Amino acid sequence: MATKVHMEALSPTMEEGRLVKWTKHEGDPVKSGDTLAEVETDKAVMELVARADGQLLKVVVPEGTTVPVGNVVAWIGKAGEKVDGAGSQESGAGAAKSAPAAAVSKPAPAPTPVPKPAPTPVVPAPVVAQADATRIKASPLARRIAKESGVDLKLVHGSGPGGRVIKRDVEGAPAAPAAATAVATSPRTTPDARRTGVAYEDVPLTQIRKTIAKRLATSLGPIPHFFLTTEIDMERAAEAREALNKQLGEEGGKISFNDIIIKAVALALVQHRACNAWFQEDHIRYWNEVHIGMAVAIEDGLITPVIRNADLKSLREIGAESRELAGRARNRRLKPEEYTGATFSVSNLGMFDIDQFTAVINPPEAGIVAIGSIVAKAIPDGERVVVRRRLRLTMSCDHRVIDGATGAVFLKTLKQMLENPLAMLL
Amino acid sequence: MATLTYRDALNQALREEMQRDPNVFLMGEEVGVYQGAYKVSRGLLEEFGAQRIVDTPIAELGFAGIGVGAAMGGLRPVIEFMTWNFAVLALDQIVNSAAKMLYMSGGQINMPIVFRGPNGAALQLSSQHSQAWESWLAHIPGLKVVAPATPADAKGLLKSAIRDNNPVIVLEGEMLYNLKGEVPDGEHIVPIGRADLKREGTDVTLVCHSKTLTVALKAAEQLAEQNVSAEVLDLRSLRPLDEAAILESVKKTNRAVVVEEGWPHAGIGAQIVDLIQRDAFDDLDAPVQRITQADVPMPYNKLLERAAKASPEKVVAAARRVLYLD
Repeated sequence: MATKVHMEALSPTMEEGRLVKWTKHEGDPVKSGDTLAEVETDKAVMELVARADGQLLKVVVPEGTTVPVGNVVAWIGKAGEKVDGAGSQESGAGAAKSAPAAAVSKPAPAPTPVPKPAPTPVVPAPVVAQADATRIKASPLARRIAKESGVDLKLVHGSGPGGRVIKRDVEGAPAAPAAATAVATSPRTTPDARRTGVAYEDVPLTQIRKTIAKRLATSLGPIPHFFLTTEIDMERAAEAREALNKQLGEEGGKISFNDIIIKAVALALVQHRACNAWFQEDHIRYWNEVHIGMAVAIEDGLITPVIRNADLKSLREIGAESRELAGRARNRRLKPEEYTGATFSVSNLGMFDIDQFTAVINPPEAGIVAIGSIVAKAIPDGERVVVRRRLRLTMSCDHRVIDGATGAVFLKTLKQMLENPLAMLL
Repeated sequence: MATLTYRDALNQALREEMQRDPNVFLMGEEVGVYQGAYKVSRGLLEEFGAQRIVDTPIAELGFAGIGVGAAMGGLRPVIEFMTWNFAVLALDQIVNSAAKMLYMSGGQINMPIVFRGPNGAALQLSSQHSQAWESWLAHIPGLKVVAPATPADAKGLLKSAIRDNNPVIVLEGEMLYNLKGEVPDGEHIVPIGRADLKREGTDVTLVCHSKTLTVALKAAEQLAEQNVSAEVLDLRSLRPLDEAAILESVKKTNRAVVVEEGWPHAGIGAQIVDLIQRDAFDDLDAPVQRITQADVPMPYNKLLERAAKASPEKVVAAARRVLYLD
């Protein structure tokens, strides 16, 4: 009797796969373990291998087609054997669709095209020891869970001794169960966890996160940076600033662009906790509080005093505090607690006429934004050309914590806030 | 409910059972005039007289044999050994007479006898006086073996032992006699063969009995600080063993560490591991770990003795191993 070849779950989160290429064709002899096709998962292009010996009798799914996990994509059997129905019931026409591989996580319904960060090293597909496909070391419990949930143990990376697959590997769950219960829900999509009275939440590293961390860290120095740049129209922010400073008048305490940017960054971080995080040895600490480090150049170096709870402070408070901190920083009068504990940083070289630059992340923070000069530029506006004050801003991301799309949606929020400062009042 | 020491809980059980049944009597070295080497029989000679509180010569095999004969004749003797280290001299009566009588008489002769006394190491009593005998005794069909860890369990299990028509071994602890705890007044019976969940948890089961309950509870506290939720199961009875309770807990936590005072080779823990691997195989996420006394005669040297014993730190390390945390 012929054996069905299914679209397999080749990553823990894969729900569908795109059949990129058939490496075997109808009529080819196949052996168990042979690569039949290349399949694009939500993360990488992986190999779909044969689970039976015989001949590839029929290919049901053409190249380029995306089908849900579990659907029949081909049949293996004896030469000349008839195949009934060719699995059409299961891979009904409606089920197949060609869709781009979804981003790993969707923190917000982002209609913007997700920029593919060019410098991001591609995570290679986890290579499975296919030579030894018959003997898999797994705890009895892991075997049972895998069987019940339809996970293929061959495709699971075992984290136990000698590569033993254990419960946490098949569940993709964090190791310390007690700590895990509180964070089992996606940590990245709950910005409202803020102000629960808890300063931060320690989220143990998941398997994939550990793998990404390990691979990326060895690829580009201790911290695998990548950079996202966006250009922001600062016309309305500039107008708002002028109006506010007029209002403050003789009271003093003028508001700078830097103050506005710090406030906007803080508010955007509240909405994107995934970027407000520390990379720690074996876990990621997602901060519910927002403390912004502000890079200040001093005589023989650089220091980053911290504006604590910047999201909760008014522009005027931020302005006063940043001036005061920067002043004492230059005089070397900062106490250690005043320049440590930031959850994210801002570095501004705009005053030096730098159009755009990339800043180096201040560990253990996972991100920093680099602010260039605000420059008047000629911008097409329909049929006309108008002159607008524009700012180029580059975010450096620690790829162990922040993925391209995660950083991009954060930047989008930040851009919206700066282009429409009233949004900060919401 | 009164707060009593383990010693006084045993004393209360003896007194209540002797008041309840005139066939119950206590016999052993120094149990009468001296009121017990560990004062478990305090006040009993005065209340019940020398016919029922019987001082014996230093002759364990002899008075154990008298006890066996008395039980065959219809009395309910309680034989106190000054420690179980001395009871090895009486093993012939315990193993060959008491444990076999019901079987070899074709069910005609009951053996309602209790052998009790302190078991395991105290402090710096050296190799010959620091031994844990439960695996020897629980090995024998025909015997029941209990090892209470708390005053309430001591009272409840001794009462059950005295009322049982089979020979019951009660393993006490020199280091437990001063332990205080709440003890229900009057008719408090703990059935033989029932384990007790002393602490609930979700991540790992710590199986223990007698003095290792304290070790396991301390380990559970340390583990809680490391975000590991440990369940502590006090066996209380070693034969019969509450297999259902062990399996239920392991099926919940998927991991187990067995803690005992005795040596590793052919110890009680080996029996429990056998049960778990056989009947909870598909629920195990890691090989079961055992914490025992080191496989050596107990050293006299204080530091070596401490190093040889089961400790909370050793249990914590084993729990972390089964959780793959290290």
